[in-house]
Amino acid sequence: MSILCDKNTKLIIQGMGNMGTFHAGLSRDYGTQVVGGVHPGKGGTEKDGFPIFNTVAEAKAATGANASVIFVPPPGAADAILEAAENDLDLVVCITEGIPVVDMARAKAALRGSRTRLLGPNCPGVVTPGQCRIGIMPAAITRPGPVGVVSRSGTLTYEAVDQLSRLGIGQSSCVGIGGDPVIGTNFIDALALFQADPDTKAVVMIGEIGGSAEEEAAEFVKSNMDKPVAAFIAGQNAPPGKRMGHAGAIIAGGKGKASDKIAALEASGVAVSASPAEIGETLAKHAPGLAG
Amino acid sequence: MNVHEYQAKGLFREFGVAVPEGQLATTPEEAERAAKALGTPVVVVKAQVHAGGRGKGGGVKLAKSAAEAKTVASEILGMTLHTPQTPPEGKLVRKVYVEAGSNIKDELYLAILFDRAAEKFAVVASTEGGMEIEVVAENTPDKILTTLVEPNVGLRDYQIRDLGFQLGFDGDLVKKFVPFVRGLYNLYIEKDCSQVEINPLVVTQEGDLFALDGKLNFDDNALYRNPEVAELRDPEEEDERERAANEIDLAYVGLDGSIGCMVNGAGLAMATLDMIHYCGGTPANFLDAGGGADKEKVKEAFKLILRDDNVKAILVNIFGGIVRCDLIAEGVVAAASDLGVTVPLVVRLQGTKSIEGREILAQSNLNITPAETLKEAGEAVVAAVKGAA
Repeated sequence: MSILCDKNTKLIIQGMGNMGTFHAGLSRDYGTQVVGGVHPGKGGTEKDGFPIFNTVAEAKAATGANASVIFVPPPGAADAILEAAENDLDLVVCITEGIPVVDMARAKAALRGSRTRLLGPNCPGVVTPGQCRIGIMPAAITRPGPVGVVSRSGTLTYEAVDQLSRLGIGQSSCVGIGGDPVIGTNFIDALALFQADPDTKAVVMIGEIGGSAEEEAAEFVKSNMDKPVAAFIAGQNAPPGKRMGHAGAIIAGGKGKASDKIAALEASGVAVSASPAEIGETLAKHAPGLAG
Repeated sequence: MNVHEYQAKGLFREFGVAVPEGQLATTPEEAERAAKALGTPVVVVKAQVHAGGRGKGGGVKLAKSAAEAKTVASEILGMTLHTPQTPPEGKLVRKVYVEAGSNIKDELYLAILFDRAAEKFAVVASTEGGMEIEVVAENTPDKILTTLVEPNVGLRDYQIRDLGFQLGFDGDLVKKFVPFVRGLYNLYIEKDCSQVEINPLVVTQEGDLFALDGKLNFDDNALYRNPEVAELRDPEEEDERERAANEIDLAYVGLDGSIGCMVNGAGLAMATLDMIHYCGGTPANFLDAGGGADKEKVKEAFKLILRDDNVKAILVNIFGGIVRCDLIAEGVVAAASDLGVTVPLVVRLQGTKSIEGREILAQSNLNITPAETLKEAGEAVVAAVKGAA
């Protein structure tokens, strides 16, 4: 078991530009069922061995796809999310960085009541080790195992996964939820999925400054989880009022500080690593016996 | 992106949000002419810088004649303004806004922003205008009124009326409040603002509503479709290095420590600052080279880092996903030799093509300390700074 995707996932790519095509190839090499791409106007052609369709509807009808990954540039990305949802895909992962907040606020509101789960935008995607890779993560650093990883960051997710793998601790699924102010799947959604997944025995959560998602996640852990959770919060030394790369990573009006997030998590029984280099070790100490 | 008060008020006017008459001046003579043209018994001369709290720093002054407006403007123009919101070195005032005085009866607060927790737009209002809203929120949270707006439904008139009556307005004033807030909301949505703030919003003795101050922030990600907003950017108000970084598409934030950082990815870049602190060092900057980092970009990033004289060592921390470590290594070698880097250099390459990358560094004959893990990298660069000191 795993969360979000597995060996049965049938993936299409929305946005078959250089980056979309490149990562489609890497996902296929990893063993993911990449069944086609969507490129309006190029339907009926083929690119790097992938059949191309004009619309998501055509792609789904022809391939039975149940998931999509979006590499469409910012002006059309919210549209691509809505097209995937309109066609009732199970999962849509949006990699695109730089979508205006107004567009995402509207798209997110429109997804309410939809059966489609959105991951991202501005996220690295999801890897279920040994089964499925959706997005841009370097899957080679992952290994199958019992730990769920969920993170707002891309490269810091890789760092955490790498630390776990070096300790011999594998992962059930590695999920990047994205660094934007408006995202589909949030920490609580991912934590609930990991809590319900019988093969996930423990969770690593990587947060960062800005917003209050980590505080809300802490509350969820306390009330709804019995699996051990370890965490790290990036930006402990970030100056207030400055946007730290991610659109959502900003301490504003005294809110969104790392110290508040760490305190909330610790109060909920989460083991918080003080150093970004000891995320794996912190989990190993907090929940012994995960290596194998 | 931020803009000046006079630019915000220009947009307010365009969207039917009432503001007092005013003119921009860059010399005392222009200020005098502006005061004459306004013709009101009192004018207000206001420093135009990107910072709040200007009144406290002496950047806002009243004048009762055109001659006095000239004198006051000569005091403000060219001054270095210090307010709680300016950087430690203060801000040089290059422009003033000369505005007609108002007969103020009440001062209120009004803002529109995006509520991240609710994922809706929010109209925030308070009867406690003219002071810092954070202080009001802390001390008297019940005096902050928040109206949430469904993104796909938009702000409804009844919501504005409801807010107006809660603020204690009578029927006549509510009639003026509806188009005022409507205009502000339209501006927020159409120009992709991230925040619109009016503090104070005033009710005059004559029973009119005016935005006495105006602060606008814009969603940088939407500037591509608001070119007229992008043109309002005032480069003189921005940190010079942050502006240079922006031009080459790097996310950079200047800090006051001694270790220059180049990292890919915002989360890892923040964590790298944390790592340096954890090891007892201080970072000189945050720098996210992004997913498209290549040889040329690495060189530009190095140039930017080396502009800071406080930099005593540089840490390169790359976890290749999209980014290829071999290309980064080539960039580091080229930058280090072309730019004549003399400070210690610690490079950690992990992920995609990291073995090839490390090989390139090893064969370069440059004095580069390789690191395998984040911990090793942090310890090595802090040790290098201490050794150099």
